[in-house]
Parts: sequence; structure tokens; C-alpha cells
Amino acid sequence: MAETPETGNGGGPHQAPRSNARVVGWCLAGVVAMFGFGFALVPLYDVFCEITGINGKTAGRYEATSELLSDRSRTVEVQFIAQNGPDMPWVFRPVVHSVRVHPGEPTQVAFYAENPTAVGMIGQAVPSLAPAEGALYFHKTECFCFNQQTLAAGEVTEMPLVFIVDSALPEHITKLTLSYTLYDQGEAPVLSGRNSDPVVTTIIDNG
Amino acid sequence: MSAVIDTHAQDHHHGPAKGITRWLYTTNHKDIGTMYLVFSFAMFLLGGTMAMVIRAELFQPGLQIVEPEFFNQMTTMHGLIMVFGAVMPAFVGLANWMLPMMIGAPDMALPRMNNWSFWLLPCAFLILVSTLFMSGGAPNFGWTFYAPLSTTYGPPSTTFFIFAVHIMGVSSIMGAINVIATILNLRAPGMTLMKMPLFVWTWLITAFLLIAVMPVLAGVVTMMLMDINFGTSFFNAAGGGDPVLFQHVFWFFGHPEVYIMILPAFGAVSHIIPAFARKPLFGYASMVYAVGAIALLSFVVWAHHMFTVGVPLAGELFFMYATMLIAVPTGVKVFNWVATMFRGAMTFEAPMLFAVAFVILFTIGGFSGLMLAIAPADFQYHDTYFVVAHFHYVLVPGAIFGIFASAYFWLPKWTGNMYDETLAKTHFWLSFVGMNLAFFPMHFLGLAGMPRRIPDYALQFADFNMVSSIGAFMFGATQLLFLFIVVKCARGGEKAPAKPWDGAEGLEWTLPSPAPYHTFTTPPEVK
Repeated sequence: MAETPETGNGGGPHQAPRSNARVVGWCLAGVVAMFGFGFALVPLYDVFCEITGINGKTAGRYEATSELLSDRSRTVEVQFIAQNGPDMPWVFRPVVHSVRVHPGEPTQVAFYAENPTAVGMIGQAVPSLAPAEGALYFHKTECFCFNQQTLAAGEVTEMPLVFIVDSALPEHITKLTLSYTLYDQGEAPVLSGRNSDPVVTTIIDNG
Repeated sequence: MSAVIDTHAQDHHHGPAKGITRWLYTTNHKDIGTMYLVFSFAMFLLGGTMAMVIRAELFQPGLQIVEPEFFNQMTTMHGLIMVFGAVMPAFVGLANWMLPMMIGAPDMALPRMNNWSFWLLPCAFLILVSTLFMSGGAPNFGWTFYAPLSTTYGPPSTTFFIFAVHIMGVSSIMGAINVIATILNLRAPGMTLMKMPLFVWTWLITAFLLIAVMPVLAGVVTMMLMDINFGTSFFNAAGGGDPVLFQHVFWFFGHPEVYIMILPAFGAVSHIIPAFARKPLFGYASMVYAVGAIALLSFVVWAHHMFTVGVPLAGELFFMYATMLIAVPTGVKVFNWVATMFRGAMTFEAPMLFAVAFVILFTIGGFSGLMLAIAPADFQYHDTYFVVAHFHYVLVPGAIFGIFASAYFWLPKWTGNMYDETLAKTHFWLSFVGMNLAFFPMHFLGLAGMPRRIPDYALQFADFNMVSSIGAFMFGATQLLFLFIVVKCARGGEKAPAKPWDGAEGLEWTLPSPAPYHTFTTPPEVK
């Protein structure tokens, strides 16, 4: 096959308007771009979900720019669900299962967590809100889910959550259900001193 | 087929090398095309054997033959082998054989890369098939390998599966680059883009689809690899990832992939129907634009595979309407094929039988696809045998009948001998009956609620499953007849003229049969 021009630069009997090297170059550029696009879908997906509130993803820490007006004419029921991820041995439950709040009013609730094992462990709670349409209107000003939680062997803690339901919440939504799944993030590194406060290890941006 | 090429090679001073090195080192597009076709048929038989295991287990309710874990490995490997090992390499083989002869080129533009892209495939499938013998078994999470089933809960062999997918992806991408370079650079003088045969057009568009989506597949399996082995959390909710993201990325690859498996068949059928209707193809330009439109639309419909994961209403509506829109260019193609046949002087040799069955049965598969596209109805059909019936109707009488039709159509050109028409017609009718018996009852099973990917089922599904299994055994056994027909044709038979079909058109028929080892070393003039 020696007579086939490998780079077809117009020297052969065939018309070669473009060289093979150029076509291959463009194609490879396309391949690299699409490989990158596959990975770009990961942040794009997160941004898209955050903007639209799809998937029940609640946004990260909420910074109130001005005092929200409390809408005392409306009451919204907020329910709390807690569950454990696979092989997570902690006891994890909301202290109160449901509260009735007025939109615009900061409310504090707590979740009970207990590490019944004989080793220190790290946990990470991941929230999801239903209906997903309400996710855009549920603001957390303080949440244990912003950080990983470290509990020493046998330690018990109540983890705080402060939230505000936005007054712009669509009228037809009267009930929001916030679900936390607590995942095992491995054994805690041995700490030099007794530290009963939840230890901030990493801040992840999924709220 | 090798025997035939050997015997005729002596006529030419640039004959092929002898022995195994000929196949290892060859850069000849005809040799490589033959290897692709032989490889894909071997994979077709292997994947088919797995389908026989599946149907044997489903012959009766209850667990009789295999363990559920092994059943899941069979459904997974059957899908992977048929998609990546049988259908895609078969079309690449056809492209290798036919593209240079159709555009008047001496060979593919990048012959050495061509050799490499073929020889990667046996390596990839050796790795994939070897997982069956590993501890923990082969991948068992379905050919769609959804996370977290394939990441958190996958068997240890998943990493080998990922590596195999990487290699076959590289092979496909190199094949696609070769096709694009060949078509863009090596066309005979005078062959403008709009004079290209439709098989060339459909392959050009398929090659662009491959370049666009195979890297995304490589990306998604790379993310899986990192989740499994390197502690990342792309698809792991505990680390801030999302399993639904997997489905988005996978189907962004997966939907164009189904068109990769059907567009070349569209092209081949667009040659075969005019040849046996003895009329030029109706609406050439509209055929080209329809294929382009299908290819573009295939990028914006992926979420119709995941209506039930919790897509917002606006998304369900968008993907529903976009999916239905694909019926328009597809309908253009079907009507054009019918219009080509209309008032034609039709004869029904084996290629035409397969091509006509293709048009009819692919349309049935298209219609069940439209039913699935209706978002509210999909909640009922999702993950049932209705889906299995749908995609087997578009892939078996679609892609595979298209490949059979192409094989019979071009076998005289490849081997120099006519195949046995009586046996070929027998092959067609047994395949036709077997395939419909196997897959049509699956529609009813799915509508009645039988879930897919299960080794056991409720008693009320027993009768249809038995019919389906009998049809599947019939279809499977019939393919051995195809092997016999091809071997018989390759070893001898009635000598084929340069143009064995009355109405066939194209540069490949200006060459003698069998096509010499080197063709079009001086380019033909296209008027």
C-alpha cells in the first residue's frame, strides 16, 4: 500500500483539497473538545440544578442582604426527614419532625446525632427538598450540612439548622419536606484534645 | 472469505502477503473490511449465544437453568457485545470495503491507522469477555451501566469493563476519523458532495456522530473509574455528586449511539431498494437532509430515556416534542423508499427481501418509539418488555437486517461468486418469522407489566414468553445458515459478473468481480 499517500497533500493522482493531517487535526480537536465537554457537564449540571432548583438541590449558605419581611398571613408546614446512607451506623433523627412557620421568619431546628460505635467517625449530611419547585425558596442561613461532622466514639450531639422560607414561595405550596441523608465519610483522625464541637473539615458546595 | 481473495490475488503483481502476517500487518481496506466483518459475525454469534441463555431461562417461569446473578451478566454482556462488538464493527467493515470503491479511491486515507483500529477491537473484547471468568463475575448492571449500580455495587471486574470500553472507544474514533478523511480527501474528480452515494453520506454523518459522542462515553466511564478507584464522587451523593448526572452524561452519548447503529443501514438500503426496483432513488437530496436532521436532533432528545427520574414538567415536554420531531425526517426516508418502490419493476432477491423487511419492521420499531416518547405514557412502559421489544425492533430488523441485505448485495463483488439464492431466501424467511415471533410478543408482555432484566416472572406472562423463546431459538439457529451461505459463496459457486444486479448503480459495479486487491489506483472520472 505504499502508493497510497499517507498525508495526501495533493501529490497523488487524486484531488486532495485538504491534507489528511489537517482533517485528522480537526477531528482530534473535536474528540478532545467532546471529552472535555463530558466533564464540563458535571459543573454545568450542578449550576443548572441550582438555578432551576431541579432535583431538590437547595442552595448553599444564604446571606440575607436585607431584612426579609415576615408574611404572617401565611403558614407553611416544614417537615424533616433523616435517614442513613449505606452502612452508616449513627443514630440520626430530627428533634422535631415538623414545624409550622411564616414565610420570611428565621427558624431554628435541630437534628439529633449519636455515634454508637467505638471509633470516632466523620459524617456528611446531604439535603434534598420536595417538592423540587420549592427548593429555590428554601434558604439555610446555618446548617450542619455545610460541613462534615465528626463525632467521637459514643458522642451525642444536636446539630443546628436555621432556615428561612422565602415569602415569594408560590401560593400553591403549603408543605415542604426537607430530607437529610447522612453518609459515612470514614474514621475520624485521632484528635489530640477532646473536642465536642463538630469539627469543620471540608466545605463542600452542594449545600 | 480469505480463500477467495488468496486465489485471485495471484492475478495482480501487488498481491497480498501470505500467512498470518498478511492479516496482522495489512493496510488494505478490503482485508481490513473482511476482518471487521468476520470479527463482528463472531461477536454476533457470541452475543447471540448469550441471548439464547436468556431466552432459555425465560422459556418457563421459575428459575431453571442459570442463577439470577449469571442471568444479569448475560443480559449485560449480550447488550454490550451486540452494540459494540457486532453492529458497530459490521458497519465499519462495510465502510472499509465499500467507501473507497464507491468514491473511486485506492484505499482508505489512513491505512495504517485503519489496521490499528481493527486490531484494538479483539483486544478490547478479549478483556470484556474475560470478565466472565473473574471472581465476582462479569458486569451485571445492564449495558447502560447506571451508577451507583455499576460504581458502588458493581463487581470487581467493572474496572476491566471500563478499560475495554476505553479501547473500543479509541478504535471507533480512529475508524471515524479515517472515514471522514477518506470521504473528504479521496473522492474521484467530479464527485461533488451531492453526487456521493447515500451509503457514503450516511457514513460521513455517522462518523461525525462518533467523534462527537464516543469521547463522552469515554468521559463517563472515566468518571466511573475515578469514583470506583480514586475516591471521587461524580455519582456519589455522599460526596456531593449525583447518580442522575450519570444518566444525563450516559444518554448524551447513548441516544446518538442508536443513530450510529442505524444510519449506515439507511444508506445501504437506499442503494438496495433502487437496484431491485430498477428505478433511481426517489428524493436523493431530501434523503441527505433527512439524515443530517436526524443526526442533529439526536443530540437534544437524550432525556426521553429518563422521564421517570424526576425531570421537571418543562423538560418532559421539551424532550417529548423533540423526540417526536425525529419522526418527521425518518418519515421522509420511509416515504422515499416506498416511493422508490412504487411502480418499480421489482424483483425479490435476498438483499431486496431484507431491505423491504427493513422498511416495514423498522417502521414498526419507530412507531413503538413514538409511543415511548409520550412522557405520561412512558411511566407505564418504562423498564418493561415494551422497551425491549421497541429497541430490538429497531436493531434486529433495522441494523442487522440492513447488514444482511448489504452482505448479500455486495457478496458477489467481494467473493466473485453468486451466493446460493435459495438458501439465502430460506435464511431470510426463517429470520423474518423467528425475529417476529421472538420480539412481537414482548410488546404485549411489556404492556401487561412484565419488567425487563429479570430471570423469573409472574405466571400470567408464561405463554408469550414461551412463544418469544421459540422464536428466539429459531432466529438464533438460522444465523448458522447465514454462516454456511457465506462460506459456500466464498469457496465457489456461479461466477458473478461485474454488475450482478440489473438496477444497481455506483462506481463499485464498474470494477470486476471479485474486486481486485487494488482498485482505482487511477481515479475514475465522475461526470
